[in-house]
Amino acid sequence: MAEFFQYVINGLSQGGTYALVALGYTMVFGILQLINFAHGEVYMLGAFTGLYTLRFFGARIVEFYSFVLHVGADQTSTAAAVMTAITVILISMVTCALVGYFVERLAYRPLRTSPRINLLITAVGVSLFFQYSGQLIFGSSPQPYPDLFENLESWTFGADENLLVINPLQVFVFATAITLMLILRHVIFHTRLGRAMRAVSFNHELASLMGIPTNRIITATFMIGSSLAGAAGVMVGMTYPKVEPLMGSLPGLKAFCAAVLGGIGNVTGAVLGSFILGLAEAFLSGYGAPTYKDALAFAILILILLVKPSGLLGVHRTEKV
Amino acid sequence: MKKNSNNCSNSRSNNNNNNSNNTSSNGNPHPAKQFYGFASLRWWLLAVSVVWVLNSILPDLMGPYYFQILVLAGINVILAVSLNLVNGFTGQFSMGHAGFMSVGGYISAYITTQLVVSHPGLMNDAFLGTAVFVASLLLGGLGATCAGYFVGLPSLRLRGDYLAIVTLGFGEIIRVVFLNTEAVGGARGLSGIMQFSSFGWVFTFAIFTVFTVWRVVHSAQGRILLSIREDEIAATAMGVNTTQGKVRAFAMGAFFAGIAGGLFAHYLTIMSPGTFDFNRSFEIIIMVVLGGMGSISGSVVAAILLTTLKEALRPLQQITGVDLRMVIYALVLIAMMLARPSGIFGTREIGEIIRGWRVSKASKDANDSKSSSASKGGVA
Repeated sequence: MAEFFQYVINGLSQGGTYALVALGYTMVFGILQLINFAHGEVYMLGAFTGLYTLRFFGARIVEFYSFVLHVGADQTSTAAAVMTAITVILISMVTCALVGYFVERLAYRPLRTSPRINLLITAVGVSLFFQYSGQLIFGSSPQPYPDLFENLESWTFGADENLLVINPLQVFVFATAITLMLILRHVIFHTRLGRAMRAVSFNHELASLMGIPTNRIITATFMIGSSLAGAAGVMVGMTYPKVEPLMGSLPGLKAFCAAVLGGIGNVTGAVLGSFILGLAEAFLSGYGAPTYKDALAFAILILILLVKPSGLLGVHRTEKV
Repeated sequence: MKKNSNNCSNSRSNNNNNNSNNTSSNGNPHPAKQFYGFASLRWWLLAVSVVWVLNSILPDLMGPYYFQILVLAGINVILAVSLNLVNGFTGQFSMGHAGFMSVGGYISAYITTQLVVSHPGLMNDAFLGTAVFVASLLLGGLGATCAGYFVGLPSLRLRGDYLAIVTLGFGEIIRVVFLNTEAVGGARGLSGIMQFSSFGWVFTFAIFTVFTVWRVVHSAQGRILLSIREDEIAATAMGVNTTQGKVRAFAMGAFFAGIAGGLFAHYLTIMSPGTFDFNRSFEIIIMVVLGGMGSISGSVVAAILLTTLKEALRPLQQITGVDLRMVIYALVLIAMMLARPSGIFGTREIGEIIRGWRVSKASKDANDSKSSSASKGGVA
């Protein structure tokens, strides 16, 4: 039984990071009908931003928070570590928002009126560009992530047979992911920007006739989506302590599958789909065949597209000629 | 034209057959459609015999290194032209070509490696061994066709981006399945494959591919595919069976990809699942896009160009330690989409472009002497 709960915990923590990436996919798809293949690479850039921030400024940030929180500078306290992690995540989010801005501005906006297939090819191009120029800049070998939470011990429940291990990092990742999702939900449903985003995704031209600056809203959507991917990158870097320039492509595609599973364009659906995917992967690698894990997301994708193409929570839109 | 279409389509598409013949005779008398110079079988047989003559001369002339580039270029030509049938002519954006390639490669490599163990005499015989090799290639192609058929099925319901990601997903699933199949070596891959693929065989199949795709595209079947690309809803309204057309395009594209996979396996003598990840598919897509979606000669030129570029950048790669060509490919791809989204050749063929130059040159000459004949030349 404890084994089961262990998989649930692993799945939820994995699903949380998928959800953050999937949100960016689903928002961009909802507004532009574009699979932003470069999104997985933004997530990779987020992880590297976090890595370099921690490597060069990590000690100073921890020192700063230790001072502010009145704990001894010689030992890293939990509070200081958590605050440092949050700071790094914020820095990474800002950087990735800028990356998203430039990608949209330089690569996607000039193609706003061209056929969608051209946009798709451009997205593939941007993705490849980041992957390989990333190798050029960061080096192609995996790099270890500094462990902020090394002083923290895992919480264990039960004894030998029914041992349940909860890593505080997993809890932190899950909590941060949920917080970011709640903030996003607030932005989308309770602010002027969010209302404009929904309007643009519903009907581009009509929204612009109503005086909504569509281009600016699309840019904002890209920036928000990219910043979430950046946060996910840092958190994945902390959980699986290795990062490399090609780390983004597969999780990116999986997150897209999760977004389709939940109903593309639907924010709640993306989160739901991501948690389902995270749990399914955890159970598959726990109980069955871990080597088939990478194919699972695509199998789910094909299945859902054959059975219910609009996804679990999606609404079917009829195509007008 | 008529004979052509009967060859390629079965009785069911007779209806469409008439349709397309009508359109070709009535509308759009574009010079492009009157260019049948390459369509005759004689031309192609000549090309194949030239290939076999070159096969005996070239290795000594070029040296093994450049020769290898040429062979790999030939394999890429097959891949790019067959993908162009799906992506360029039918307008279905497939991203799983490497998957089909691996299916064909693994099937044919498995057949020959098993036979080498069980019937070594047969495989070492110059003639029989080659016959088995060609048969295994065709079987590999057929296996890939089946895979293509099953990937084509979801394409009945999906369009554009969804189809792209589903085909990409299929490619990944195929890779993971091979990764877990111990019979073909699993993650270690399949090694000890006999090296059957020569310049001659690779280019024979490349010519066969170009010929078949050319004839298909210029037949009634091809017009079905083109109508799907131009406007699927309008095509359906005109009575074109778009579903059938799409699945056929997928199956045919997969067949040639499977053959290319077999040639690849029998050239490198090792197969590993990692070779066929989605970056490999992207590479083929880049060739198709760069050459022009809907231009066979464009794909051929782009495949040769990019294979050569890859090797030309190899010294640079040794310095930086990174696959620099992918950075360049990516930038070229983005720049291409921004500046010239139709690719180098667009939907035209190289013959048409050369004729276009001639026409414009003629009109220019005419312009200098007489202004009245200039307009005639310019229109044509």
